[in-house]
Amino acid sequence: MTHLAVSKLRKSYDGRDVVAGLDFELVPGECFGLLGPNGAGKTTTLRLILGLTQPDGGNITLLDHDVATHAREARARVGVVPQLDNLDPDFTVRENLLVYGRYFGMPRHDLEQRIPELLDYAGLTTRADTRIQTLSGGMKRRLTLARALINDPDLLFLDEPTTGLDPQARHLIWERLRQLMLRGKTLLLTTHFMEEAERLCHRLAIMDHGRIIAIGTPRELIVAHIEPEVVEVYGDGAEDWAASTGTRLAERCEKHGETVFCYARDAHALAANLADQNSVRYLHRRANLEDVFLKLTGRELRD
Amino acid sequence: MRFLHVWRRNLLVWRKLAIPSMLGNLADPMLYMLGLGYGLGGMLPQIQGVSYVAFLAGGVVCSSTMFTASFESMYSAFSRMHVQRTWDAIINAPLSLDDVVLGEWVWAASKSVLSGCAVLVVAAALGLVGSPLALWIIPVILLTGLVFSGLGLIVTALSPSYDFFMYYFTLAITPMMLLCGVFYPPEQLPGAAQMVAQALPLTHAVALSRPLMNGALPDHAWLHVVVLILYAGVSYGIARHYLRKRILK
Repeated sequence: MTHLAVSKLRKSYDGRDVVAGLDFELVPGECFGLLGPNGAGKTTTLRLILGLTQPDGGNITLLDHDVATHAREARARVGVVPQLDNLDPDFTVRENLLVYGRYFGMPRHDLEQRIPELLDYAGLTTRADTRIQTLSGGMKRRLTLARALINDPDLLFLDEPTTGLDPQARHLIWERLRQLMLRGKTLLLTTHFMEEAERLCHRLAIMDHGRIIAIGTPRELIVAHIEPEVVEVYGDGAEDWAASTGTRLAERCEKHGETVFCYARDAHALAANLADQNSVRYLHRRANLEDVFLKLTGRELRD
Repeated sequence: MRFLHVWRRNLLVWRKLAIPSMLGNLADPMLYMLGLGYGLGGMLPQIQGVSYVAFLAGGVVCSSTMFTASFESMYSAFSRMHVQRTWDAIINAPLSLDDVVLGEWVWAASKSVLSGCAVLVVAAALGLVGSPLALWIIPVILLTGLVFSGLGLIVTALSPSYDFFMYYFTLAITPMMLLCGVFYPPEQLPGAAQMVAQALPLTHAVALSRPLMNGALPDHAWLHVVVLILYAGVSYGIARHYLRKRILK
């Protein structure tokens, strides 16, 4: 049983393949992350899954409905947190939830029971009757999340849910998402924050140029694609040091901006050597998802 | 009937500003009747057997409807579509874009019915209504509202920004206001201009509402009704086509 099955999905705009043959499935109860640089096709993929644009090829089954013919029915059991806030500025916090619940055909009685729970979940009980313009960015995101839960969905889509939030607000959203996972909700999350993906996702797929280039648990991806230890070296002498010593002691060295990244199975020799260098500074750490991401998607700037 | 959810959403917003909105609906036609009807009309003889102000009332009822439906289907709908992204939020729920477009179409027409009826109320208060036949103006207003809300949604679908609406007002709404018989009988125009006027929807709306206002049955009523139905249906179809292209791309 799956909540979402995508196979051979393709979509192009003006001859450019934005989604170029995508296959993946979502298991009930998991948090699945779709990672990729800007323009990798994440948002287009979400739009295709929700039936908001027609694919050029492939199949999507969403909660037992064929999206090609029954997207609207499938959306009745889905919640969406979009990338750009689209709360209704003409309404108060409470009215936003009320009006959104009506779109699902929920009767007034059900909504009157549901809304206080959601206000509590979003931590907005005291702001229920304020207009949304007066809310902070974090509050708006929490309200958007609460709005997506109005129909008690089985599956939740979150498109870059913490982009633009300060660290406190971000941690609060993560905590709320973990609550949902404990309640058995299935989550599909797009992000380009590796920390977010590593903290929340059971499985993730790294996407670039409309294709999935790696898929697995965060741990599996790190083990499969990158040496376990990393030393970041920076400062005036970093480049010279890398050329003379780094490449000798590390399996692999890459320069990015003014920093040299040295990857090694055991980086103690590197660290010991660097401790004696005066012209550089360094950071010795475990490899993480960001290293995998940068290795697989390249280091050039994306717009 | 899913489009009613969209209609109700707009109604809830309108209710917050209902009083100023209604006052605006009343003040605007009052100024026309006072300024033009009595001011200018005082110098004129009777037209088609009635005073100029009574003649004017039958036209202003339609032009008010036209303006309200146009503003709502353009500036307001464009805000919801493009600026506030309200439509994006709605189509993430189990409503289709077609539900949204139908809801907006009917909503803009509903709002214009209020403003057309306000003119009717003002006209009745001024003693300009000829007979209960004037109640037939209400369905005429609704049909006129659907025409101009459909046309407005086409412009919205094609518009990159608010500025674009000025073209439509300059090239379509203002000419209709001046050529379609709101202020004088269209027969006064030179032949070629009369032909143009006959092709425009406002002419047919006025041709129905004016006799009804003055207590008579319109000539060729069904012809005018059919023209308005065609304008409404076709413009709605075109608007839906372009909005699908714009939003579901």
